[in-house]
Amino acid sequence: MSDYELRTVLDSSGGAGDHDSGLSDAELMHCYRSMLMVRAFDDTAMKLQRSGRIGFSIPNRGIEATQVGAASALRTTDWIFPSYRDFGMALYHGVSATDMMHNMFGNALDASKGRQMPVHFSFEEPIHFVSISSPIGTHIPQGVGAAHAMKLRGEDSVALISFGDGGTSSLGFHSGLNFAGVWKSPAVFLCQNNGYAISMPTEKQTASDGFAVKGEAYGIPAILVDGNDLLAVRQATAEGVARARAGDGPTLIEAKTFRMGGHSTSDDPSKYVPKELLDEWEEKDPVPRFEAYLASKGLWVEGDRETLYSGCMAEVKEAADLAQATPLPSLETIFSDVYEEVPQHIRSQGEEAYDLLRRKGDAGGGGGEFPL
Amino acid sequence: MAILTLLQAVNEGLKTAMRDDSNVLVFGEDVGPKGGVFLATEGLTSEFGEERCFDTPLSEDGIVGAAIGMAMNGLRPVAEIQFQDFIFPAFDQIVSEAAKLRYRSGGQYTAPMVIRTPYGGGIRGGLYHSQSGEAYFCHTPGLKVVTPSTPHDAKGLLIAAIQDPDPVLFLEPKALYRSVKGEVPEGSYTVDLSTTRTVREGDAVTVFCYGAMVPVCEKAAEQAEESGISVEVIDLRTLYPLDEQGVLAAAKKTGRVVTVHEAPRFCGYAAEISAIIAERAIEYMEAPVTRVTGFDTPFPNTLEHHYLPDHRRVLDAIERVHAF
Ligand SMILES: Cc1ncc(C[n+]2csc(CCOP(=O)(O)OP(=O)(O)O)c2C)c(N)n1
Repeated sequence: MSDYELRTVLDSSGGAGDHDSGLSDAELMHCYRSMLMVRAFDDTAMKLQRSGRIGFSIPNRGIEATQVGAASALRTTDWIFPSYRDFGMALYHGVSATDMMHNMFGNALDASKGRQMPVHFSFEEPIHFVSISSPIGTHIPQGVGAAHAMKLRGEDSVALISFGDGGTSSLGFHSGLNFAGVWKSPAVFLCQNNGYAISMPTEKQTASDGFAVKGEAYGIPAILVDGNDLLAVRQATAEGVARARAGDGPTLIEAKTFRMGGHSTSDDPSKYVPKELLDEWEEKDPVPRFEAYLASKGLWVEGDRETLYSGCMAEVKEAADLAQATPLPSLETIFSDVYEEVPQHIRSQGEEAYDLLRRKGDAGGGGGEFPL
Repeated sequence: MAILTLLQAVNEGLKTAMRDDSNVLVFGEDVGPKGGVFLATEGLTSEFGEERCFDTPLSEDGIVGAAIGMAMNGLRPVAEIQFQDFIFPAFDQIVSEAAKLRYRSGGQYTAPMVIRTPYGGGIRGGLYHSQSGEAYFCHTPGLKVVTPSTPHDAKGLLIAAIQDPDPVLFLEPKALYRSVKGEVPEGSYTVDLSTTRTVREGDAVTVFCYGAMVPVCEKAAEQAEESGISVEVIDLRTLYPLDEQGVLAAAKKTGRVVTVHEAPRFCGYAAEISAIIAERAIEYMEAPVTRVTGFDTPFPNTLEHHYLPDHRRVLDAIERVHAF
C-alpha cells in the first residue's frame, strides 16, 4: 500500500466539498476552454496527419486536466520545462493556435524555423516554455539549473519540470532530483503517470509503488494527485510552487492519469492497451468531471461543450490553413543559428548549397544568393 | 530464396541467431510484445518467450551496461537502442566500458555483444530522429561498427556480428528499412565483417559510401554512365575496423575518388578515407579526393532533403573529379 494517498478535489458528480480553488468564474471558464482547446488542437492535428498535411503528432486526449491544472498554478514569470506532450500548458498561458500550427507545419514562421519535428515547441512569450528536446529526461537537470539561477539571481520565479512515467528511468531524472534536493531549488517536478511509455506499462518501468515515493530518496516531499481532477492538480501544483517561492525547496508531484490515444501518430495502441483499461478511464474523462463542477456553480449547461468546442475547432482550423499557406523556411535556415556568428566553413557550405540550387534547379527552399 | 525488405532481413537475422544459440537474447525499449517501434523485433517474444526478448526501462545507460554484464557472463545480448539519436546516455558504457574491457583486463573479461540501432535521415525526423553518429564510434578502438545497405547483408552481417567475440555497433539505415528489397537466403549464413562490397564496377571514378547513401550513389553512377563516365561504387559496410586494402585498391583503380555520407563533414568518416588515400595512394590520384556530406549543422526537419546528399550532389562531385 502506498504511503501516498491519492488526492482528489472533485467527486464524480462535480462536487468539491468546501474546496476553495481561488479562481474567479472567468478563470474557471478559461481552464475549461483551455481543455477544449487542447482537444480541438489534438483532434485537428490527428486529421492533418491522417490526410498527409503534416508528418506527425502526439495525442493528448485524457491528460488535459493535468496540463491545464498544473499550468494554472504558475505565473507568467515562471518557467516551464515541458515534455513533448505538454502543449496544453502553452495553450493555457495564451500561446496562439497559429503559433503552434506554424511549428506543426515547420514553416518559415515557426519559432524553430522548421528545424524540429511537429509538437517540439519553443516559446518565450507569454511564458517561458522551453524548447522541447526529444531525448527523454535531458531537460530535468536543466530545469533544476534554471531554478537554481532564479535563487541566485534573487528572482521570485519557479521552474515547473514535466515528464512522463518513462522519464523517471532516465539519468536526467535521478541527477535532476538529487541536485534539486541538495540545493533546495525552487523547482516543481511533475511526473505525469499516464499509464504507458509507448507500449510499456508502468510496472515494466519501476518496481516501486508508484512514482511519488521516488522523491523520498532525494529528500524531496511528494504529492500523489488525481491527474484527471483539474482542481486537485492545480492545488497540488500551487502547494509545490508556494513551497518553492518560500525558499523551502522542490516538490515532486505524481499526477495519475491515462493516455487515451496512441503514443504518437505512428503508434497503434490497440496492440497493447487492454480495452477494459481504456473503458475504465473513459469513465474518468476529465472534461465532463469539470463540467459537473461548473454546472454546480451555475457556469455550465448542457450544450455548452459543443458550442465552445466548435469555436475552438474554428480557431484551430483557421490557424492550420494559415500555417499551411505560409512559405517554407528558406535554405539559409539550415546554416543559421548554429552559432551566433556563422563560421567560415559553414558559410562556405551554405554558398555551395545555393550554388548547386542555381545550377541544378529543383525544390523550393530559396534560391538567389546565400544571405548570411 | 525469399525476397525481403531490409527490416524483414534484420528480423530474420535475429530469429535465426536466436534459434541457433539459446544464449542469444534481445532487449530494449518496446522490443517485446510491440516488436519495436519499427517492428524489427516483431514476433520474437511470441516465438522465444519473455526471457529471451523483453522490454527494459527507459534507460540506454542501463540497457548497454546490462548487456555488457550479460556478455561477460556467457550470454550473447543483442540490445536495441530505439533511435541512434538516443544512444548518448550509453556513450560512457560503450566507449569507456564495452570497447575497453578486453584490453583493460588483459583478455580475462570480454563483451561479445551487439547494439542495434536505426540511424540516418529520410523520415522527416528532425534533429533527434535523423542523426548519423558513426564517426563518434569509429573513433573508439575495441568497438566494431557495421552498417548494411541490402537485405542480404543485413541478415548476414547481423549474424556475423552476434557471433563475433567483440562488441559490435550495428547501425541500421532506417531510410532503407522498407524501401529496399532483395533476395535473402534461408537459414544461417554470415557476411565477413572485414570486407567492402563492390556495388557496381567502373573505371573512371570511385565512389565510397555506406548505409542509405548506397542507393543514392548508385543512382548518381547510373546517370554519370549515361554521360559516359564509368563509376565504381563501393559499399564500405564494416566501417571499423576498415578493409583498408580494399579501399586503397578501389581508389588506385580510377585515381578519382568521392566519398559520400549523411553525417556532418568536419571529422566525419570521409575524412579518414581521404587521409588513408592521401597517405598511401596520393601518387595515383588524378583529382582532389572529394567529399559529399551532410552540412556542419544540426539536422533540420522541413529542409532535410537539402541537407541529405542526393544523387544530384553526388553526380555533381563525380563530374567535377572526372573533369579535373
Ligand atoms: C533517451 C530517449 N530514449 C528513448 C526515446 C524514445 N521515446 C520517445 S517517447 C518514449 C516513451 C516516453 O514515455 P513517458 O516518459 O512515460 O512519456 P509519455 O510518452 O507517456 O508522455 C520513448 C521511449 C527518447 N525520446 N529518448
